[in-house]
Amino acid sequence: MSELTPKVDGVVEAELEKTIGPWREAWAGFRKSKVAVVGAAIVIFFIVLALFGPLVTKEGINEQFMTDRLQPPSSEYWFGTDDFGRDIFSRIIHGARISLSVGFFSVVGSIVVGSFLGIIAGYYGRWIDTIISRIFDIMLAFPSILLAIAIVSVLGPSLRNALIAIAIINVPNFGRLIRSKVLSIKEDEYITAAKAIGMKDYRILFSHILPNSMAPVIVQGTLAIATAILEAAALGFLGLGAEAPYPEWGKMLADSKDYLQNAPWTMIFPGLAIMLTVLGFNLMGDGLRDALDPKMKS
Amino acid sequence: MFNYTIKRLLQLIPVLLGMTFLVFMLIRAIPGNPAQVILGQQATKEAVEALTIKLGLDQPWYTQYFSYLGGILKGDLGESMRTRLPVADEIWPYLAATLELALFAMIIAVVVGINAGIISAWFQNSWFDYSAMVLALVGVSMPIFWLGLMGQWAFAIELQWLPTTGRENVRDPVSAITNLYIIDTLIQGRFDQLWVVIKHLILPGLALATIPMAIIARMTRSSMLEVMRSDYIRTARAKGQKMFWIVYKHALKNAIIPVLTVIGLQIGLLLGGAILTETIFAWPGIGRYIYDAINFRDYPVIQSGILIVAFIFVMINLIVDLLYGLIDPRIKYD
Repeated sequence: MSELTPKVDGVVEAELEKTIGPWREAWAGFRKSKVAVVGAAIVIFFIVLALFGPLVTKEGINEQFMTDRLQPPSSEYWFGTDDFGRDIFSRIIHGARISLSVGFFSVVGSIVVGSFLGIIAGYYGRWIDTIISRIFDIMLAFPSILLAIAIVSVLGPSLRNALIAIAIINVPNFGRLIRSKVLSIKEDEYITAAKAIGMKDYRILFSHILPNSMAPVIVQGTLAIATAILEAAALGFLGLGAEAPYPEWGKMLADSKDYLQNAPWTMIFPGLAIMLTVLGFNLMGDGLRDALDPKMKS
Repeated sequence: MFNYTIKRLLQLIPVLLGMTFLVFMLIRAIPGNPAQVILGQQATKEAVEALTIKLGLDQPWYTQYFSYLGGILKGDLGESMRTRLPVADEIWPYLAATLELALFAMIIAVVVGINAGIISAWFQNSWFDYSAMVLALVGVSMPIFWLGLMGQWAFAIELQWLPTTGRENVRDPVSAITNLYIIDTLIQGRFDQLWVVIKHLILPGLALATIPMAIIARMTRSSMLEVMRSDYIRTARAKGQKMFWIVYKHALKNAIIPVLTVIGLQIGLLLGGAILTETIFAWPGIGRYIYDAINFRDYPVIQSGILIVAFIFVMINLIVDLLYGLIDPRIKYD
């Protein structure tokens, strides 16, 4: 009986492989990882908070109640108040919207530009590849936050410019990823077949090569959102991102610096929010990597 | 190996040229008239014109670039607009402060990270392994500026064990020789000052070390787990060799290579992270130098500061690359 079991399992597995597609298989793999599920739960929690939280919080996140300034956490002010008497809990919830938007849109920007450049470099090769790859090398020669600071110092400090800077610094990561993927895919038989039947380059690129390169991009994208949120908070902290009175988490931390002794809650909660969100995306990204692309596992 | 070193050095030339070009373009990319932006809206027309000529902005861009490049090759990094001093003259104390902080942080990160990773792999699935890896996961997601503030609040303000900011006791300043204060105090035999300097290093050093430490621990663990499954480790165990020696002598030697790559990459992260840490702890390093320059729109300092940090980053990566061959003789260079 014991000798039969592997055969039976083998048959069942083969049947399963026939019936479920790669995305469903990845989903099954993702669900199996507890850590990934915890990460996804944290991310979903913050997304829900960003979408619907502002509807239920106190009105006027920028409204100042000077009589209530620097109040410790209480039943009225769950996370206490800041030096202007503003409710920190409400500001953190509104801040979720800012941090998630900056994280998401900057990464989408990097993916779009990076994919475009990566595809062109990988598919056409030769001098186009050399030029694009060298530009990537040069950009990667700078520590990323330093490059972001440099870009913002030129464009001027604002949330929008911080988003642009973060998008730019992440372009080479996606560009290189897509380029290497394209290099391996373009030798596949189905691409040769597509070329043989006279399919145009742009159709091959966008209907065949791009969709087949997406798995690592999704993984890298999720992890990049985590980094982008951290970078946006860092720029905000340095006064190079969101300006007052935006309830951006990094900016809130910077404002808390002068009140560490009397009101540490002004520093504890915004930092906790940043850490939890980033942790959520990191855990989810790790889970997605294992589920979608086991080869990328470090 | 020699040929490979030469090849890598040659490959570095276009990257270095590209870096200088990118940094050169910084000032030119300022929307509007850079000289006007630098001097502010109140500046007189004459002042703007004078600065335009001084910065060479009236010349064609290629002339500007080659003169900028020529200057760098001669060691001329421009003149600070705030202090009116050549950047090359005033940058060393800042750079030394950052190097000391980054080295201190790196030592903590490497020693703790590698050992935590080894013990986690050695006692896989134990409580130590689980807690170390949970901590490492949290560490990777940690905003270091928050960690710095938390450290400041807990250990400097509440417990008063460590100083809040700065690099030395301002009432008893270190007389600088190399500007690396640990070395300076040692040379002068001022062990009282050495202790003060170390106390100032602990909080910013730990804040800066957290992320690299977490990454190094995770990498070491996974790399060790892979090596521990190999046949030669099984043989060593079968021979009855002590586990400690198997882990630290045999396994670590092969597991360290990917860890070394990660360490090289983390140095760049440290240099970037230094800007944040130095802002919190008022550490007079290059990060703070650049940060202050941004507030004063002191573009020559911003340019040179960024260029120097990037240059160090590139050189460290090159050294790490070349070190592989020494550590792992199996790696052959073409």
